[in-house]
Amino acid sequence: MIKYLPLLIGILFLSGLMVSLIYPFLKKKLGWVLSLVPLAVFILLFTVLGDLKPKSLQILPSGFELLEKISFTFRIDGLSLVFGLLISGIGFLIVLYATWYMKKYERQGHFFTYFMLFMAAMTGLVFSDNIMVLFIFWELTSVTSFLLIGFNHQLEKSRQAALQSLLITGFGGLCLLFAAILMGQIAGTYQLSEMISQNIDFVNNPRYLLIFILVLIAVLTKSAQFPFHFWLPGAMEAPTPVSAYLHSATMVNAGVFLLLRMHPLLGDTLEWKYSLILSGVITMFIGAFFSMGQKDLKRILAFTTISALGTMVLLIGIGTPLSMEATLVFFIVHGLYKGGLFMVAGIIDKSTGTRDITVLSKLWKHLPVTTIFAILALISMAGLPPMLGFVGKELVYVAKIQLPGLSWIILPLGVGANIMMVAISLTLFFEVFNPWSKKPDVSIQHKEKDFPWYFLLGPGVLALAGLLLGLAPEILNTLIANALYVTKNELVDVNLLLWHGFNEVLMLSIFAIALGVTVFILRKPVTKFICSIINWLDNFHLPTFFMTVMNFYLKNAAKNTQRIQHGYHRFYLMTFFITTLVIISFQINWYLGDLVPFNGFTPINTNIVILVIVASLAIIFAVFSKSRLSAILAMGVVGYAIGLIYLLYGAIDLTITQLLAETVIMLLFVMVIYYLPKFALLSSRKSRARDIIISLSVGFFITIVVLHANTVNFYEPVSNFYAENSVIKAHGRNIVNVILVDFRALDTFGEITVLTLAAVGVFSLFRFTVKKEKNNINK
Amino acid sequence: MELILAIFIGLLYASGVYLILRRSIVKVILGVFVLSNATNLIIFLSGGIKRSGAGFIPAGAEKVDPATISDPLPQALILTAIVIGLGIAAYILALKYRYFEITETHDLDQLSKTDQK
Repeated sequence: MIKYLPLLIGILFLSGLMVSLIYPFLKKKLGWVLSLVPLAVFILLFTVLGDLKPKSLQILPSGFELLEKISFTFRIDGLSLVFGLLISGIGFLIVLYATWYMKKYERQGHFFTYFMLFMAAMTGLVFSDNIMVLFIFWELTSVTSFLLIGFNHQLEKSRQAALQSLLITGFGGLCLLFAAILMGQIAGTYQLSEMISQNIDFVNNPRYLLIFILVLIAVLTKSAQFPFHFWLPGAMEAPTPVSAYLHSATMVNAGVFLLLRMHPLLGDTLEWKYSLILSGVITMFIGAFFSMGQKDLKRILAFTTISALGTMVLLIGIGTPLSMEATLVFFIVHGLYKGGLFMVAGIIDKSTGTRDITVLSKLWKHLPVTTIFAILALISMAGLPPMLGFVGKELVYVAKIQLPGLSWIILPLGVGANIMMVAISLTLFFEVFNPWSKKPDVSIQHKEKDFPWYFLLGPGVLALAGLLLGLAPEILNTLIANALYVTKNELVDVNLLLWHGFNEVLMLSIFAIALGVTVFILRKPVTKFICSIINWLDNFHLPTFFMTVMNFYLKNAAKNTQRIQHGYHRFYLMTFFITTLVIISFQINWYLGDLVPFNGFTPINTNIVILVIVASLAIIFAVFSKSRLSAILAMGVVGYAIGLIYLLYGAIDLTITQLLAETVIMLLFVMVIYYLPKFALLSSRKSRARDIIISLSVGFFITIVVLHANTVNFYEPVSNFYAENSVIKAHGRNIVNVILVDFRALDTFGEITVLTLAAVGVFSLFRFTVKKEKNNINK
Repeated sequence: MELILAIFIGLLYASGVYLILRRSIVKVILGVFVLSNATNLIIFLSGGIKRSGAGFIPAGAEKVDPATISDPLPQALILTAIVIGLGIAAYILALKYRYFEITETHDLDQLSKTDQK
């Protein structure tokens, strides 16, 4: 069964690419058909769940090799199962949810294309065994999320948020690429499974620090960790189904996934511990803290996501088996409640047309079912029993108090973050859903019964899953134990419990809840206080700072482009000539004795010398003449002289052609000349002097090069063949003509084509008219 | 003789380059013609100018001794080049005519942007 997984990932990609083809046939049923693919992945993974032993690892080669050593190999282990189940399961629910949510949007086909591709990239990311392939999928998630965040591209804000997220995560992606290359160089393989089985020692490698920093940047940018956290609140410009998916199971969690994947290879060093703990703990606290100051429902949720991601990074930093266990449980907890809450936010948005919590009120009356799901998810977010969130939070506490050295900073900030979570959950409930609220009613555009059942399915399933797993957390035991084996490389007994009895952790919980309730009661002053901090921080507003840096960069790029692409024809040419001269002067053989041909120069022909002198005088006259007509006539003289030179060397056909062509050109010139302006002296004396120097040196170099060219004769010329076969094979006595129309007939055909094109060009130029009026207005 | 022709080609190149570095577009066009003529001469010279018989096979004969005629191959190449040069000249002049009608300038520096002024 499981060997079909690479096929299914391929189908995920294909289904995304096929959307525009099948959309016209399916229209409103599109989402239903597409949802079957993630459902199939979910079911497939679910069937594996039972028979996967902790130590077993399935490597599935897809048979497709991009480059040597870089083949699309997939691995199925505990860790990829945890992530894969969440990605496909939540993906399935959100595709159904989006079917209704995106109903009125134009470009629905585009949306589903991007969404399916994003899902495919994310699935590929968690299952890939090759770190280069992992990188490719990682970048694909950045690109597709850029398209999704900027989906409402007519809005400036949305475009900016999309660009910001792409630049930041793309930068992280580049770092990951370098890290992957370094690791591949050290290990001699890009396969994760081989790296682990061969026990490659990265940690003691002199390049460890570099690799670690690169991976760290990739993780911090992707998972929106401080100080790169600011792109995530901006990313809520995306349509709500996208936010729900980005925040719950995909995108930002890819960073966490990468850390878990790399832990057996790079983890458990001092650098790893301290940097992850530090950035995690800061992110955890500021995310929770600032969420209190927001008014937009989605923005509040975005900040709580930042906090949750901080918690996970912190836990991975601590790195004990227990903290890893906590990370994995917390990832599931967070995916379930955050996906549900975002979908609820979307439902509220559809129903009332606003997401402002100061306007929303008493939604219990209008959206009873949604409210129940929302409450369950909020309980999970606050970490209260009987939801899975409680199990997760207890584990997180246990992990946090494990680290004696750093617990003085982790514990207060951790409890602080939890207090804020409790408070924000309560606030959301009381502001938005509370039926006894004194706030004025919010206007309702859609009642709950207007929504189809599958619009409510997503939050419902996720909330109930959270409840079920909270009541019976032992269901997760094997799954977590298997995943733990992959990240820690040791077997750990996992025994999840809802109720641990009275112990210090529970006391901490109760303490946090009590303080959370206090904060909630005092929410007005607290919010005011946080808002004032946010206002003060806006002076160092990171998105603005980021934009300033970007603008500076763009301005500089434009300036440099201006310098190179200035649009002045003659300076382009000058650059070209001078560069060529410099290069030639390095390459050329300066010994003038070599310029004499092998058999000496041919004797001087007086007729030709006279022609050359006439032509030279004519060309000099043409260059400096102030009259157009005399310049053209002088040019004609040069042309005729060259024709006669051909004649004196026996090239009769050339002479005829040259004389004809020269005559036609002169006639054309004379015809056009009266429509053209008189010569004007446009250039200054100085620039003329400069041009004379340039052109004389070009002439000098050409002379040398021509003489050099004249002294080399590598091979027997092919001309002899033509002289011998002209009559025998082609039945013609004029050898030049025979070459043109017989031996090299295809060249002549090309020449005729060029002439035809030129004729068509001339014809259309005379037909083509530009509206004069418009031109006059512009003046 | 080669030396004189080479210097002549150099002179033609110098004039051509000087002309295409001008701002006035008529001069630039002249420069292009000069350069194409000069380049044809280079090709001609590279075929060797030691022999000067016309490239004909006399009536009745089956072949001609290659040593008595001037090299026919460069001639064929140049012939093609001259004709193509004629095509380019016609096109460039038509282009110039239209463009002067529309922009009413012949100063290339005023055409440094693609947008209409």
